[in-house]
Amino acid sequence: MNDFLRYDQPDPRGHFGQFGGIYVAETLMPALDELRLEYEKAINDADFMAEFRYELKHYVGRPSPIYHAKRWSEQIGGAQIYLKREDLNHTGAHKVNNTIGQALLARRMGKKRVIAETGAGQHGVASATVAARYGLECVVYMGAEDVARQSPNVFRMKLLGAQVVAVSSGSKTLKDAMNEAMRDWVTNVDSTYYIIGTCAGPHPYPMLVRDFQCVIGEECKTQMIDLIGRQPDAVVACVGGGSNAIGIFHPYIEVPGVRLIGVEAGGDGLDTGRHAAPLTANAKPGVLHGNRTYLMQDADGQIIETHSISAGLDYPGVGPEHSYLKDIERAEYVAATDGEALEAFHDLCRYEGIIPALESSHALAHAKKLAATLPSDQVILVNLSGRGDKDIPTIARMEGIQL
Amino acid sequence: MSRIQKVFSQLAAQQRQALIPFITAGDPRPGLTVELMHALVAGGADIVELGVPFSDPMADGPVIQRASERALAHKVTLRQVLAMVAEFRQRDADTPVVLMGYANPVEAMGYEAFASAAAAAGVDGVLTVDLPPEEAEECTGVLRAHGLDQIFLLAPTTPESRLKSAARLAGGYVYYVSLKGVTGAANLDIDSVASKLATLRQHLSLPIGVGFGIRDAESARRVARVADAVVIGSRLVQEVEAGEEGLAARLTAFLAEVRAAMDSADA
Repeated sequence: MNDFLRYDQPDPRGHFGQFGGIYVAETLMPALDELRLEYEKAINDADFMAEFRYELKHYVGRPSPIYHAKRWSEQIGGAQIYLKREDLNHTGAHKVNNTIGQALLARRMGKKRVIAETGAGQHGVASATVAARYGLECVVYMGAEDVARQSPNVFRMKLLGAQVVAVSSGSKTLKDAMNEAMRDWVTNVDSTYYIIGTCAGPHPYPMLVRDFQCVIGEECKTQMIDLIGRQPDAVVACVGGGSNAIGIFHPYIEVPGVRLIGVEAGGDGLDTGRHAAPLTANAKPGVLHGNRTYLMQDADGQIIETHSISAGLDYPGVGPEHSYLKDIERAEYVAATDGEALEAFHDLCRYEGIIPALESSHALAHAKKLAATLPSDQVILVNLSGRGDKDIPTIARMEGIQL
Repeated sequence: MSRIQKVFSQLAAQQRQALIPFITAGDPRPGLTVELMHALVAGGADIVELGVPFSDPMADGPVIQRASERALAHKVTLRQVLAMVAEFRQRDADTPVVLMGYANPVEAMGYEAFASAAAAAGVDGVLTVDLPPEEAEECTGVLRAHGLDQIFLLAPTTPESRLKSAARLAGGYVYYVSLKGVTGAANLDIDSVASKLATLRQHLSLPIGVGFGIRDAESARRVARVADAVVIGSRLVQEVEAGEEGLAARLTAFLAEVRAAMDSADA
């Protein structure tokens, strides 16, 4: 593991090894240059960083606690599971860490209008929230299929003053929402800041989203010492685009002896082809949404439709840094099926009194499997990236219950 | 001299501008594409841009998005598009063909396999919307080795500082995107196009085509006054979308009208 003790990615043009980069139409290239330069200035500006930290503390409620899921761990009968409680953040997920950072950047750049794409609606809600907080106009693009299955979040965004645009092209899910947001941006590039919600997209987005999310892992490094006097043996997080995972992984990359495990959406099972697990299923690298990364595609390079019970993981690609961490073998990637995620969802409700998001339930599902194979003095830290209130209609529907 | 160079030098000698129509390969069905390409040439096309359908056409407006969807409903692949070009070449040895699309189908095939197959099929140039000069070095090198030009987009937002890297890699002609937006938008501002083109010409020796937002003979005539080539896409794809009946003849007639207007532009 000594090989990984020095880690300095991406390169100046946004490459994580062969991944990342800037693959967009010419019209957007200057805007990305401008964003990169402004971001470099901002993170070296003590006032900007002080305001970011102030907002995280007083508006989001950070630091989020780490909680020892003792009853559940005992029930599993193996390693101890600890939960990083991002679900307790304002807006109920880790997404807000990033949207605050980017809204502050938008304001600094004089942009009065922000746009965002959203799958489950968590990033849309987090974007609408900060737009209200900083007085920015906000338009959120959301696949028509997701608008239907995530109606509480659609209403939430509207309450916060955002305009929600249902996208009916392609598969009508997250990737199509991102296409439409890109089209808006290319048309309104002078007035508009695009708040990308995950650690994907063209450089500098994968880097800056990661940097804003790293507060998660940084807090963990201090909190674990306070709690158990050492760092965990494994850190587990779900991976769609992978922003909550990169936020908790990155500060641990140079720490020896800590396994980093990303859990993708296994859908109906990897062998069925109905999943959203490009890393676990050994998909080929490709180019989509501005970066090169492992991508679910057919032999002709067309992007294939993905499936997951969780709208937030229902995406054919993955942030380029995860592709790189897989290649250098610093992180491991596995998948949990819809069924396994549901089981973990119910476990956490019943044993710990916490309703987790379906996305985070994938991480919990793998932690449960892993814990059962380890002795009780081992510690697994799970990023509980969001709360599950938004998923209650989905769960009820799946279980045939009329609400 | 490449087919593209020959076209531009002949037109320049006549003080005329190139007419470059775009249709999507496989739209409305694969069996029709070659006939439609010939129909474009019959209407006065100097170069044909053939769209390679992609599942996620991020830079395109609704009209060309739907064209991609129609083609993909027939499972049109990049190799099939190359076969269409090869068939077109059997009856037309002179009109350059430029493939326009997105990076991933080319990535999936592999640069070398794609370039050699494209050259063998009779393709002349390749425009990959989401492969800017910064990421294009390797691809351009492979294409060049097979005698293919990489065509780059330039935009209203492109600063002078970026023109050097484009100029170094670009071949054939450059494609100036007339507006900030997606294909098929309708807010073409001819004065700002003219002033931007003056700047571009200080850095580029290649001919400059202008596209996005050119919808009729009149807008084509105005663009032809300031550019070396006029690119028309969405308007033609709308014609395809309107139905198969008399389609080839309609495309020919529309382009002939545009051609006549361009040739009447004061020199």
